[in-house]
Amino acid sequence: MSPGALLSRPGVAAVVGTVAVWALFAVVAGPAFRSVSGAAAYLNASAALGILAVAVAMLMIAGEFDLSVGSVVGFAGMALLLLTRHFGWPLWPAIGATVALSAAIGLVNGLLVVRTRLPSFIVTLGSLFVFRGLTIGLARHFTGRTQLGGLDRVEGYELARVLFAADVGPFRASIGWWIAFAAAGAWILHRTRSGSWIQASGGSAEAAREAGVPVDRTRVSLFVATALAACLVAVLQAVRFTGADALRGELQEFRAIAAAVIGGTLLTGGYGSVVGAALGALVFGMVQQGIVITGVDADWFQVFLGAVLVAAALFNDRLRRRATEAG
Amino acid sequence: MNADVATEASPPLLEASGVSKRFDGVRALEDVSVAVPAGRVTCLLGDNGAGKSTLVKIVTGVYGADAGEIRMEGEPARFDSPREAIDRGVVPVHQHLAVVPLMSVWRNFWLGAEPTRGRGPLRRIDVGRARRETRESLADVGIEIEDVDRPMATLSGGERQAVAIARALHRGARVLVLDEPTAALGVKQTGIVIDQIERARDRGVGILLVTHAPHDAHPLGDRYVVLRRGRAIAERAREEVGVEELSRLMAGQDGA
Repeated sequence: MSPGALLSRPGVAAVVGTVAVWALFAVVAGPAFRSVSGAAAYLNASAALGILAVAVAMLMIAGEFDLSVGSVVGFAGMALLLLTRHFGWPLWPAIGATVALSAAIGLVNGLLVVRTRLPSFIVTLGSLFVFRGLTIGLARHFTGRTQLGGLDRVEGYELARVLFAADVGPFRASIGWWIAFAAAGAWILHRTRSGSWIQASGGSAEAAREAGVPVDRTRVSLFVATALAACLVAVLQAVRFTGADALRGELQEFRAIAAAVIGGTLLTGGYGSVVGAALGALVFGMVQQGIVITGVDADWFQVFLGAVLVAAALFNDRLRRRATEAG
Repeated sequence: MNADVATEASPPLLEASGVSKRFDGVRALEDVSVAVPAGRVTCLLGDNGAGKSTLVKIVTGVYGADAGEIRMEGEPARFDSPREAIDRGVVPVHQHLAVVPLMSVWRNFWLGAEPTRGRGPLRRIDVGRARRETRESLADVGIEIEDVDRPMATLSGGERQAVAIARALHRGARVLVLDEPTAALGVKQTGIVIDQIERARDRGVGILLVTHAPHDAHPLGDRYVVLRRGRAIAERAREEVGVEELSRLMAGQDGA
């Protein structure tokens, strides 16, 4: 493969971009960014978004959006705290119920999209409001508050802490979940039949249906997967912070889409990379921590990030065009 | 020709007999018959609106006919959906090819029928075999593509058609229904597609070639059925007819 062809693969550009952003901050932010604790800082900051971005990227490759993932993070976290602290459930049955609730949300999102043929952007924008509102409303209704704590006093917490909140040195457990999630996603996308079906569903739903691919089932499964990714993030955060906040996960849906796009995923579907999306999230974390370490006011984070997003999208678009023009 | 004797002895692979179809009372097809024998190219000729597309949709299971019969190897057949027609080996290759442009050649080739190995969560596409068999099948229709990981969009029109034809043959097609396969192609690409059609024919596949271009059809066809305003106005063997006469028949300048 020529260097040009290699660079044209989705995700490869993300590797280059990630290295470039790292190099930039390695210079301007200095040794603190290059150190182990610097690495831990940006990896810890990237992990939750990385988990969401992997699932969101796969859904986008299949041709759909899910704007509800941030709200589901808040909803699932609050559900876990209400079930345990308000209704007195032990932790593990509550986690099971939270997983089931999240899967149900994904299923409803997916079925609404494939049955009504409404754009998923609209359907899940609706879910974004519904589940954020429900989270705040239910939390107030049952407890009078929107922040709940004390998960560490619930039966079963010790095991959950080991699985979801144990640290290896300065590195949080969520990094491991992020890597595992990305590896599983990449395996599914590149090595299984479902992966081909995901790419085909987004690339040309008509051609996919004609070839016998269950396009609707593929898409609905991915809506369930994004909701489950949101649930995993909620559990990771609830266990680490021993509580929930009704506003947790806000704006994560857009950040996840941005991470996927930085990673080379096409907004119109059919093309993208799971590893790229995971790296896109890493770029977020590096920019966030890099700006803090540099000593620049954190207000500038979003400005820089927005510029990175547009630059990455432009770069990816150019590469894709070059890779897919008739030779 | 000896082969003629053979085809007359066994019933054609696919046959539409006395087929009629109306849409909202407007006649689209009236008592049209066409036979597609194995190893032969049968051309369906006609101008726009002559009824070619309607007949194609009937033999590939998109519509049912109002009257008449579809037979496969002499036995009455009924296709209630395109899927049923494909399962019986009648495979359409469309003018607007149903491919996924940004997906690789081999993934397109295998889409919906990917070969796998392993079990349970380790069940995965046998990528080595998928790539190898894609290359081999394309070579069988006369196309050499070394890097089958290229996106489909990077192929030329003729090569894309080749992938569609090779895929149909690989999945056991016995009758290929080619709807204007060379319509959007240049001279060189047309040559590639004609070569593919001849190779498929030589393997014993029955070919129904639908076109409004007698110049493309004439050198390839073994038989020509000319449609005009929903009726079959002429049926000729290759030896009986020249390009000019085919053009005249299509245009209706012979008084028929």
